[in-house]
Amino acid sequence: MRHLLSAADLDRPTAIQVLDTAAQMAATQAREIKKLPTLRGKTVVNLFFEDSTRTRISFETAAKRLSADVINFAAKGSSVSKGESLKDTAQTLQAMGADAVVIRHPASGAPHSLAYCGWVDTSVINAGDGTHQHPTQALLDAFTIRRHLSPGGVRRVGADGDQGVGGGLDGLRVAIIGDILHSRVARSNVQLLSMLGAEVTLVGPPTLVPIGVEAWPCRTSYDLDGVLATGPDAVMMLRVQRERMGAGGGGFFPSPAEYMHFYGLDARRIARLPEHSIVMHPGPMNRGLEISADAADSPRSVIVEQVANGVAVRMAVLYLVLAGVPTGGAVPAAGSADAKGAAR
Amino acid sequence: MSSGPGVPTDGTGVGDADRTSRSDGSTLVLGDGDIARALTRIAHEILERNRGAADVVLLGIPTRGLPLARRLGERLAAAEPGIDAARIIGSLDVTMHRDDLHRQPTRAIGATVLPPGGIDDKVVVLVDDVLFSGRTIRAALDAISDLGRPSAVQLAVLVDRGHRELPIRADYVGKNLPTSANERVRVLVSEIDGEDAVTIQGGHR
Amino acid sequence: MSYLLRGVSPLGGAPTDLLLAKGVIVAVGAEATAAAGERGVTVVDGSGLVALPGLVDLHTHLREPGREDAETIESGTLAAALGGFTAVHAMANTTPVADTAGVVEQVWRLGRAAGWADVFPVGAVSVSLAGEQLAELGAMASSAARVRVFSDDGRCVHDPVLMRRALEYVKAFDGVVAQHAQEPRLTAGAQMHEGIVSAEVGLQGWPAVAEEAIIARDVLLVAHVRSRLHVQHVSTAGGVEIIRWAKSRGINVTAEATPHHLLLTDELARTYDPVYKVNPPLRTQEDVDAVRDGLADGTIDIVATDHAPHPREDKDCEWAAAAFGMTGLETALSIVQQVMVDTGRMTWADVARVLSVTPARIGRLEQHGRPLAVGEPANVTLVDGAARWTVDPDRLATGSRNTPFGGRELPGRVVATFLRGKPTVLGGAPAREAGMHA
Repeated sequence: MRHLLSAADLDRPTAIQVLDTAAQMAATQAREIKKLPTLRGKTVVNLFFEDSTRTRISFETAAKRLSADVINFAAKGSSVSKGESLKDTAQTLQAMGADAVVIRHPASGAPHSLAYCGWVDTSVINAGDGTHQHPTQALLDAFTIRRHLSPGGVRRVGADGDQGVGGGLDGLRVAIIGDILHSRVARSNVQLLSMLGAEVTLVGPPTLVPIGVEAWPCRTSYDLDGVLATGPDAVMMLRVQRERMGAGGGGFFPSPAEYMHFYGLDARRIARLPEHSIVMHPGPMNRGLEISADAADSPRSVIVEQVANGVAVRMAVLYLVLAGVPTGGAVPAAGSADAKGAAR
Repeated sequence: MSSGPGVPTDGTGVGDADRTSRSDGSTLVLGDGDIARALTRIAHEILERNRGAADVVLLGIPTRGLPLARRLGERLAAAEPGIDAARIIGSLDVTMHRDDLHRQPTRAIGATVLPPGGIDDKVVVLVDDVLFSGRTIRAALDAISDLGRPSAVQLAVLVDRGHRELPIRADYVGKNLPTSANERVRVLVSEIDGEDAVTIQGGHR
Repeated sequence: MSYLLRGVSPLGGAPTDLLLAKGVIVAVGAEATAAAGERGVTVVDGSGLVALPGLVDLHTHLREPGREDAETIESGTLAAALGGFTAVHAMANTTPVADTAGVVEQVWRLGRAAGWADVFPVGAVSVSLAGEQLAELGAMASSAARVRVFSDDGRCVHDPVLMRRALEYVKAFDGVVAQHAQEPRLTAGAQMHEGIVSAEVGLQGWPAVAEEAIIARDVLLVAHVRSRLHVQHVSTAGGVEIIRWAKSRGINVTAEATPHHLLLTDELARTYDPVYKVNPPLRTQEDVDAVRDGLADGTIDIVATDHAPHPREDKDCEWAAAAFGMTGLETALSIVQQVMVDTGRMTWADVARVLSVTPARIGRLEQHGRPLAVGEPANVTLVDGAARWTVDPDRLATGSRNTPFGGRELPGRVVATFLRGKPTVLGGAPAREAGMHA
């Protein structure tokens, strides 16, 4: 895996490989010594054009736990400012000897341009681009779901039990609720979760469901209560921006009260979920808008665990992208796992 | 019997196998009977050297070191009263401590599971199928130091084929097999491959 | 210097000879042949070449004054000549905006000085293209530039009252309002066509209805005030249908399509390469098919390039930061040939109609788009329809590299272009006759 730009870059075996690797990484994070020497000598650059302390720290932690060197580059990039262009910044990184660039950018397609325009030849990992994709978020969401739910929707017992290693999400039903139109998390999750065998239903007000969704491998509904009545195994709430309500933000829905009433997850709605269902949120949450405090803190909520799983998943991604690459150099040709003359 | 030497010599009490040709063109070096006898001998050597198995822990290195470790554990339990095989066997994946990852396509990471009693103050016997350059064992020593502090670390291998690149030697050896570097030694175990055998291929045998 | 064009096929018809002298076609056929060997006559071997009236582009961006880093009148008209054009209409969205007699006269004079093609400046409809107040359309019409086409292109005249006033006002001097149909509020922040592709790639959509709704409103307005309307760069199937309906009711509307809307679709946006970012955007195959049908059946009257050069830094970046627009003067004829002539949907005579005769008529040009007959101005283009060439963005004459056809092999090469009897292009390369700028 040279780049990870989109959930669509992964096929089912590769996605399961990432999740299984993340499971091993998670096991190492339970030890007293959490650090591994695996990526020693590699340099990972966090190139964040959007403020995001949480995701940046998660990638930074992941890289450091694998003994890679981390450089944080917080570039102020608005779509109109040309002072520090993406191309110039990328070429500066190349000069720094970056082995991998983790990029978050407000423009959809920026990681794609970075990976394929010929400005740099490092590996590129997409940490969120515009409204397009956020593949590591979808991977950690899939990992979290797999840890808790076995196919058929039975909740797994305890941390020592079988955590689904080697398998997918076949037969599980996931509902994703909120501003689908502007959500890169939704796009990545629809692709990844359905590829792993889950049935995905998107729920939101009609103004926030994109034209073209009919081509996606999922169902859509405007009726949250109706979808909850079908007993989904996992409920994923998406962040809704208050600014989208006003005329300046596009007037997508009339008021917070109306949004909460129809699409908010509160204690009443949680109570109607089956015993085993889990509640998820990519964060940061608007407590009181898309999710009430009761729901966020309920025992079904795995929101805090998602953050920890994020580190393990990002460790797995960094390992799979970088471990096979000579420091600062090109990727070797693919060969069989039993390479001849492999030193033992 | 004393522990195996660092320099490979020919035959340490195991009868030379018939060197029959197999269907894939490789030569059989050890058959299933030879392997069973070697493991029994190693188990007894472990007990003799450590004066019993009271503080001994076996860590198999995935993939094939693991079933070999289980079989050694069963033999220790059979020979020594009071030993529960399940409580002395574990696995140690060393992938993340290797120093040669960039030379090959990315490896899958195996599981590391320590026995219930941990490894602190125990004698850890690493178990692997083939000892070659020694880099795997070096990585294993690094991995162990992140997991705990054993009182001693010993090494048991089914085959020692020479060509060490680091100052590492095995304490217990099933067969010393002098090879040239371009020959390929394969260990097959019934738990994974459906049969027990050690074969060699390539070179001028 | 006179020029004898030997064995050319006028509009693809039977081969004959044309004699160009003193800016006029002085002889056709045997009379022309007789001039071979006379002093002062240069013979041009035209065997196998199609002769067309010099092409006329109703929609070009020459960028001067203001954005000479992208294109100048000199480089833009040279590109036009190499593409077979003898006349181009230069859009008004320059810096300063062409909304006064002074600016349009400046552009007109720079065009004459460069001498590669006649430049007919387009006047802005509203002051500074702000869409609030009518610009001095009358002054521009009576200026030396004799402006007849008015457009806020780049922007839509979205205020219905302003559009009504403009449509009424230009009647006094037989002008036409050329509308860039794009409802601004429905397309705020839009990056590409709104559809299946935009939903997947995460780029904000430009819905077809934003073009169709303005076209519908404008054809009804123009019927009401009895003026004439020209719809620029039609890109939607719905837009073509509305124009077809309007013409069936006798409404005085003409329409244009660009070469790229005849060929390219929104699937190209998956590459995130901003060379495919254009306004109006590339749309679906259904829309492309409808535009082709419209051009074939006359619903769409002309092909216009909307040649929009941009400097490298405005395209060598992420999509959202890139400028909208594609160059097209040097590839237009080849694209039309590939899509419409080589597929049998149009003849060379149709090509002359959509790329020369009709645009000249809409722009009220007297010297261009004329028949290839004795006494007519010698604005002639010679095309080798059998030639094939590969588009290299670095080797085009336009000052900018943003062509969406880079690397493509296209049919048809312009071999010669004559502007009032003097060659601007000979042997496929720029030509200069001594004393041309007299």
